[in-house]
Amino acid sequence: MTTETVSPVSMAPRRRGKEPNGSRPLRGWGTQLVRKIPLIPAIALMAVFLLGPIIWSFYGSLTNAALTGPHAVNVDFIGLDNYRKLFADPTFPLSVGLTVIFVLGSAVISQTVLGLGLALIMEKANKFLSGLVGTIVVTAWVLPEIVAAFVSYAYFSKDGTLNQLLAGIGIPAINWLYTYPMVAVCLANVWRGTAFSMLIYQAALNDVPPEITEAAKIDGAGGLKRLRYVTIPMIKRTINTTLMLVTLSTLSVFTLIYVMTSGGPGNLSTTLPILAYKEAFKFSDIGYGTAIATVMLLVGAVFSIVYIRALRPEKD
Amino acid sequence: MKKRVVSAISVAAMAALVLGACSAGGESSDKTIKVVYEKTDSFTALDTLFTSVKAEFEKANPGVTVELQPIAADDNDYKTKLALSQRSADTAPDVFYEDTSNVRSDAEAGYLLNLDEYVAGWDDWSQFNDGAKLAGVGDDGSIYSVSLGTDTRVIWYNKNVLEAAGVSTPWQPESWADILDVARKIKATQPGVVPFNLYAGTGTGEGTVMQGFWELLYGTDLGADSLYDSESQKWVVGSQGFIDSLEFLKTLYDEGLAVTPAEALDGNVWKSVFGELFPKDMLGATVEGSYTPSFWVKGGSYEWADYDKVMGTALFPTQDGQAPGGVSMSGGWTLAVGAKSKNPDLAFEFLTMALSFENALAYDNENAQIAVRDDVAADPSYVAANPFVQAVTDAVSVTHFRPATSDYAQISTAAQEATEAVITGQASPKDAAAAYDAAVEGVVGADKITKK
Repeated sequence: MTTETVSPVSMAPRRRGKEPNGSRPLRGWGTQLVRKIPLIPAIALMAVFLLGPIIWSFYGSLTNAALTGPHAVNVDFIGLDNYRKLFADPTFPLSVGLTVIFVLGSAVISQTVLGLGLALIMEKANKFLSGLVGTIVVTAWVLPEIVAAFVSYAYFSKDGTLNQLLAGIGIPAINWLYTYPMVAVCLANVWRGTAFSMLIYQAALNDVPPEITEAAKIDGAGGLKRLRYVTIPMIKRTINTTLMLVTLSTLSVFTLIYVMTSGGPGNLSTTLPILAYKEAFKFSDIGYGTAIATVMLLVGAVFSIVYIRALRPEKD
Repeated sequence: MKKRVVSAISVAAMAALVLGACSAGGESSDKTIKVVYEKTDSFTALDTLFTSVKAEFEKANPGVTVELQPIAADDNDYKTKLALSQRSADTAPDVFYEDTSNVRSDAEAGYLLNLDEYVAGWDDWSQFNDGAKLAGVGDDGSIYSVSLGTDTRVIWYNKNVLEAAGVSTPWQPESWADILDVARKIKATQPGVVPFNLYAGTGTGEGTVMQGFWELLYGTDLGADSLYDSESQKWVVGSQGFIDSLEFLKTLYDEGLAVTPAEALDGNVWKSVFGELFPKDMLGATVEGSYTPSFWVKGGSYEWADYDKVMGTALFPTQDGQAPGGVSMSGGWTLAVGAKSKNPDLAFEFLTMALSFENALAYDNENAQIAVRDDVAADPSYVAANPFVQAVTDAVSVTHFRPATSDYAQISTAAQEATEAVITGQASPKDAAAAYDAAVEGVVGADKITKK
């Protein structure tokens, strides 16, 4: 009701001055509302395509929906049973642990250090060299995920390129995908993901004014000190943004791991997305798989909140 | 102004496209039979069959279009894709290729059309043997699908390797100990040759249990009730036979009589068994399906001209040679009609045409299937299709079918995990069996298990 009465008034903001002691706060509010009208289509789209699936996923996780069997048609609401089963499942803590290793190892640490390192080196290197390195790194990134996964499989598999290279220098073959599955998938993800961080850091480094670095140089700051006290603080926000994007995308990596190890041997490389897929599609337990997906969603939300807080503008 | 014209035109074009697409879909769907099946580089027999039936069917029914939708995927992914498409009437196929182990749970899910009335009016139905009819029965006793052919599992051995080890052929082991005995002889005489392989681990999936672990388990003292007690309808846990079976696998892998554990866990190990190890005399023996020759015949994935001279078959023995003296496992695939089909009569007609005498004979011969129609089994060209048809057909007398309940997939995986833990040394047979028992209880609940 209020909206309706307010809107026509605020449609004519010029009248505001003529009623100095009227309901000003109300009108200000109304104006704000009108100004937000153009946002409605965007909000509606977000609700349908982003919020909708989340709510649907949460609802699905409270049911015993299945791909086959009696619960394929008659889906019952079973409350938190899926979550109870999940927290009692010995695979779940293992899977969470592996997901954390995968995200920290292959994204947060490796991609940030490597990406920033490469960006810093390329800033100093000559044009030809930086162009060459840039092309090589970006090539891995532009490959479709499935192609990158097959390439990694061919590289790490028992008769793969890596073992042939190692044999060339006299190191006996190691079955990487079997003996060190997490190392293999982490390295593959670093190879594929570093380009993204590198490109963003390159852009950020270009925005660091050279005067400041030069001033620090004149003041006697060495390379490491300049990096620590000048460059990094100036690109801190970029680092935060990149970390958030990389974390969230790594959290949901599926194709790479599924093609390389399909979660094995045993469950030794079963991260949460693989576990959700196995439960939902291999064992036809859609409800349970959705519960795992919902947990992933929550983990992602926690990370996002942490990063978004870190991204808040600092008040000087 | 110009901009507005352009956008108006583009909107009109979009609308025309969308509407056109809608009406086109609406018109054709009435008289279209959608057929969904599996097709891979090593499995094209069904594609050949349906392509010829499509021509035949369209000729017999003018105005009807048969839409073939082969899915290029392995068995697991095919089943997932099929189940997903069956959730909506818009995407559900009319006729499809269905694994016998899924018939019961899919019938319960309401995906399959009850065929009782249809088969009653079908003359050829009496040609199907009883086992084949049972394969398509749902929990309620009605017929839901019709068998395309079945299969059995036997030991396939390489005569060159066995004879080089001083073992006379034809060879028929009488107990598990006989197998170990021969395997050790091969290892002693021919280093570098894999003596006797049994699949294990989750990499080979269902192959691990169908061509390996279930043969062991069903050959122990509990026999047919080793896995699932059919009388009480409960899953068996805590049996000595389960531990013994794991113990046998442990011996094979620990003594280096099978492939290395790392090789076993690679889902592609069967390709090297058929394509490399057997043809190159690098493998003594393994348990594989009756379809094995289809890989080696002319036109197969791993053509091998001399396979009929080099290879031999034997029944897989029971643990200590107890009756009936041999074990085999059977599966096989069927054709079913979708419950959501708009043209069930046409769909069933297509199914009967695909399973007619001529078509079934051609399919069974090309795909090395064991015939389920009596007239096909009696046909001279069927018996002559390859030299092993008689041997693998005889294994039907000692064969077992998987308990096709909707929990089966998870229990099968639990057993695969137990074999994996044992061959990789992560757990002793006893501990792995205990973990399996716990997993089964977790899947079906405490009231659906029985301790033996």
